[in-house]
Amino acid sequence: MAAKVLRRSSLSAPIRGIGRISLPLLVGLVTLFIYAPILILMIFSFNDAGNLAWWDGFSLKWYQQLLAGESLWSALQVSLIVTSTSVLISTVLGTITAYALYRWKFWGKRLFENVLYLPLYVPEVVLGISLMMLFILLKIPRGITTMILAHVAFTIPVVVLVVLARMQRVDWSLEEAAMDLGADELMTLRKVTVPLLMPGILAAALLAFPWSFNDFVITYFVTGPGQTPLSVLTYDLVLGARRTGAMGQVNALGTLMTLTTLLLPLLGFLLLRLRRFSPAQFFKKRGSLS
Amino acid sequence: MRSVRHRLGRFLWQHPGAKAGTALSPIVFWIALFIVGPLFVVLFYSFLTSGPFGSIQYNPTLENYQKTFVANDLRTNEPTPNWLYLNIFGRSLALAFVTTLICMLLGYPVAYWIALRGGRYKNLWIALFIMPFWTSYVVRIFAWMFLLRDPSGFINQLLLQSGLIQEPVQLLYNVTGVLIGMVYTYLPFAVIPLYASLERLDRSVLEAASDLGARPWQRLRYVTLPLTRGGIMSACVLTFVPAVGEYLIPDLMGGSKVNMIGNFIADKFLRDQNWTLGSAMSVILILIVMAILIIYLWRGHRHGILEGDF
Repeated sequence: MAAKVLRRSSLSAPIRGIGRISLPLLVGLVTLFIYAPILILMIFSFNDAGNLAWWDGFSLKWYQQLLAGESLWSALQVSLIVTSTSVLISTVLGTITAYALYRWKFWGKRLFENVLYLPLYVPEVVLGISLMMLFILLKIPRGITTMILAHVAFTIPVVVLVVLARMQRVDWSLEEAAMDLGADELMTLRKVTVPLLMPGILAAALLAFPWSFNDFVITYFVTGPGQTPLSVLTYDLVLGARRTGAMGQVNALGTLMTLTTLLLPLLGFLLLRLRRFSPAQFFKKRGSLS
Repeated sequence: MRSVRHRLGRFLWQHPGAKAGTALSPIVFWIALFIVGPLFVVLFYSFLTSGPFGSIQYNPTLENYQKTFVANDLRTNEPTPNWLYLNIFGRSLALAFVTTLICMLLGYPVAYWIALRGGRYKNLWIALFIMPFWTSYVVRIFAWMFLLRDPSGFINQLLLQSGLIQEPVQLLYNVTGVLIGMVYTYLPFAVIPLYASLERLDRSVLEAASDLGARPWQRLRYVTLPLTRGGIMSACVLTFVPAVGEYLIPDLMGGSKVNMIGNFIADKFLRDQNWTLGSAMSVILILIVMAILIIYLWRGHRHGILEGDF
């Protein structure tokens, strides 16, 4: 107690005040550091002058130029095809993998786990280039197919990690109960296990989607001519803007991409939130357990 | 038909190994073909010889690895350290190290504040740090290029117009620009594991330390930091590992002056058509990353605090 009193009195009031305010101030500054660049980019996408970072009047001309070009729409199409296909495949495969890792013992499990997480720590350039070499050696023309093959490979570990996290919070005795009540394995899987894991599976898909959609480095090496996804188109536009100094269009594209990709987690959050209120009702349409 | 399914089901039920094998065969196939396979191709090529015009000669050699470290002096023809390549490795390691250090110095107080003082808005705060993962990496880097350019970048304009500086400062296409980009990209990677470990910290231990007379700094030094060591190590690895293999940030923000290993490897493939040297560099980069991970796992197990840390 004495030490406490001593300590209190040894610091003068203003210093203690600074100590108390410096931490929240730092948090505020760091948050600003994270968000200010994107916000400034958004504001300046409406700026009339595209090459100067100073306000020169409101204008929508960069959006008009961007949306009028054909390359944006074809790139969006390529990106959506690649991402939705690969997220679908990797969510299914990743969920099966997570289930196997969590529930079963099998030969070579440790090795399998270590290899599975390789894409998370092998540098992206190396992954991209090694895939590029493989496709060139096997004479597979690079394009949408190769992008899907690559995207599934590097989104699977993300799905596995998220679904595994959910599995730790699932009451597995329900599975046993279903089997005791006469359901066979497949029935139990369909009617008990998958619904129980659904929030995790959805969350995994929601994380894998931007992971695949925004990936640039690996995609850059496995994409082919004429099939440019959005991330590679953005890169090309950035290179152009760096050369010419005309940044308006990239600002507009960046704004649109950020807004749409931020809508997705919001949507997913709402979906998960709704499910939490009525977990039983959500799957009611698909028939009751019996 | 039904009996076949029934018998198959019984067989799998009685042989758990076969069950796992069946369920996992597609993913094993996928990973073997598109992750492990390509990496073995890289390993294989790193021992071959590059001929003229990007051709490959199939005679095994260690020359590519040797070239990374040793060069022949042009005048005396004696082997000397290959400073051109060694500098690139040194720069990559140094930049990744400084990035990790800055991310820790900024990330720890932030994670600390959110976990212990965040109150009911804790989840909202941490969501703010997870959100950037959903936005495009290329766009975020471009946003910084827009801010940092001279003389017409936002920051330079702000400083010039307010009269704080007379001459534009060069912030882009040098080490400063690359560091800003890397810290910006990897800060969330540091904050999240730090938050996870600080969140699980037992508050009563902190109170006990204070009651026993520890000053704030002493409490941080002897209680909080040691107890969150697992989180700090996870955060360091999650920042350092992707940072050391960074490609896009030096490519866009370094202006070809601040090349890292990733750029060097990409150049060997895309520009020089020298697959074998590029492969050897890739293998060395993977070995660096592996070494860090092995140290991390070894230390983590010895202290027994890694469990459950993501």
